[in-house]
Amino acid sequence: MTLVDINNLTFEYIDEETHERNRVLDKINLKVDRGEFLAVLGHNGSGKSTLAKHMNAILVPTEGSVTIDGIDTKDDSRLFDIRRRVGMVFQNPDNQMVATIVEEDVAFAPENLGIPPEEIRRRVDDALETVGMSAFKRHAPHMLSGGQKQRVAIAGVLAMQPEFLVMDEPTAMLDPKGRAEVIETVKKLNREKGMTVVLITHYMDEAVQADRVVVMDNGHIAMDGTPREVFPQVEKLTRLGLDTPQSTYLIYMLNSAGIELDPRVLNDAECAETLLRAIKQNRERR
Amino acid sequence: MLKDITLGQYFPGNSFIHRLDPRTKILIIIAYVVLVFMVQNFIGYAALALFLALCVGVSGISPKYLIRGLKPILVFIVFTGLFNLFLTPGETVWSFGILKITREGIRFAAFMVLRLIFLILGTSLLTLTTSPIALTDGLERLLAPFKKIHLPSHEIAMMMTIALRFIPTLLDETDKIMKAQSARGASIDSGSIFARAKAMVPILIPLFVSAFRRADELATAMECRCYRGGEGRTRLYKLKYGAVDALGWVYMAVLAAAIIFINIYFGSF
Repeated sequence: MTLVDINNLTFEYIDEETHERNRVLDKINLKVDRGEFLAVLGHNGSGKSTLAKHMNAILVPTEGSVTIDGIDTKDDSRLFDIRRRVGMVFQNPDNQMVATIVEEDVAFAPENLGIPPEEIRRRVDDALETVGMSAFKRHAPHMLSGGQKQRVAIAGVLAMQPEFLVMDEPTAMLDPKGRAEVIETVKKLNREKGMTVVLITHYMDEAVQADRVVVMDNGHIAMDGTPREVFPQVEKLTRLGLDTPQSTYLIYMLNSAGIELDPRVLNDAECAETLLRAIKQNRERR
Repeated sequence: MLKDITLGQYFPGNSFIHRLDPRTKILIIIAYVVLVFMVQNFIGYAALALFLALCVGVSGISPKYLIRGLKPILVFIVFTGLFNLFLTPGETVWSFGILKITREGIRFAAFMVLRLIFLILGTSLLTLTTSPIALTDGLERLLAPFKKIHLPSHEIAMMMTIALRFIPTLLDETDKIMKAQSARGASIDSGSIFARAKAMVPILIPLFVSAFRRADELATAMECRCYRGGEGRTRLYKLKYGAVDALGWVYMAVLAAAIIFINIYFGSF
């Protein structure tokens, strides 16, 4: 079932200094299904953040349409119906927190929605439980680590009980430990709660864990498929200014050196397995 | 120096003072400030000191910590004292060249210094025992009746919350920028006052740029979380007046009565 339906989306803005029209997104067609975990990749300036901002009506299309759960984002009267359905998490956790106490911050969205206090209490506790931050509910946000702050930010949007999460490079400012915490939380939400997730990232190892990967380039969708379909196309990814997961790249290099291996490898374990299999076959042949 | 700022710091606790409704505390502080300015003699200040000492004792806040809050404005207090001491006209008791101290000067200087100290100690006690959220909540409720004359009470409270939220973040950032500039050879802590003031410019500019960028991002994030002003907003915690508040007011009324009595009975000297 389609949750997000992006149809022929074009977005332009006029540069205030040069008065030039800049086309950031060019005739994008994309559908996101309920329960899907979609990763959006692309180098800087490829339009991936702009695409994300169209998913909760922060930006509206210049041409074409974006429909969330059947609601057109151009419909001003239903703006908050859309925003309530879409939880947005941004790059810098410091710049999305409003309150000086964790639980007050998580309560911010339900407070805005005019939900009764008892229900807010329940939602705040649930959301903090889901991201594993219940123990910190009376803490000040600036005392937390980056990964913890970002989990609180996720709890803050979960308290709206959204249909799906759009995450705009949520791990870009975090250390490896914080990144792992956030990605684990997102995966758990997707697998256990069936939350639809759109993850915008430039880390390949994060994109590998998604159900589907979309690669953006210059306002277009350049590639669209499962990680197993997308990542072995190393040359194309390099042309688009992207890396490949290390293990995929290793197999690719071995392949180009004349050793024939199955290129559809995504992680260390699969890579080791493929190599082991090749070595065994080689031994048997001798 | 940045570490000395106690403003907005909050010590959680469960004392009588902590449990007072923030609205009560704000109103009591306003009354207290009025009293500080009403006092006309040193016996009055003794009464205020007794009142404050009782409050601090009950609150469980370490007096040392409270007094440390005076440090950042020490220079200001000293200057106020000296200006009043030397520049008040009246009956001269001591003179040296153009400098002269008058009877009135001594009295005035002592009063001004005491007033400043009592103001700072009282208001610090408020912020130390009240969470910033409770404080802004209290302010929002207290200002709500003025909405009729178009006072944006919700917006004022929201601005205060965000300001308090970003104090530690911006302090951290200032620290980082200072280190980055020193690493590139900027001398911030040496030279004359003017040289130091000039050295602040390359710190303040990046700080402002970053603050504006933060503000922009925060506004977007708030919109994403369905923020649309105070209209129809509910709160996680509701403020309720209780028996402690009545007791707080009784306490305050006793102090006010005492001060007025002392003023009338002993007059001003």
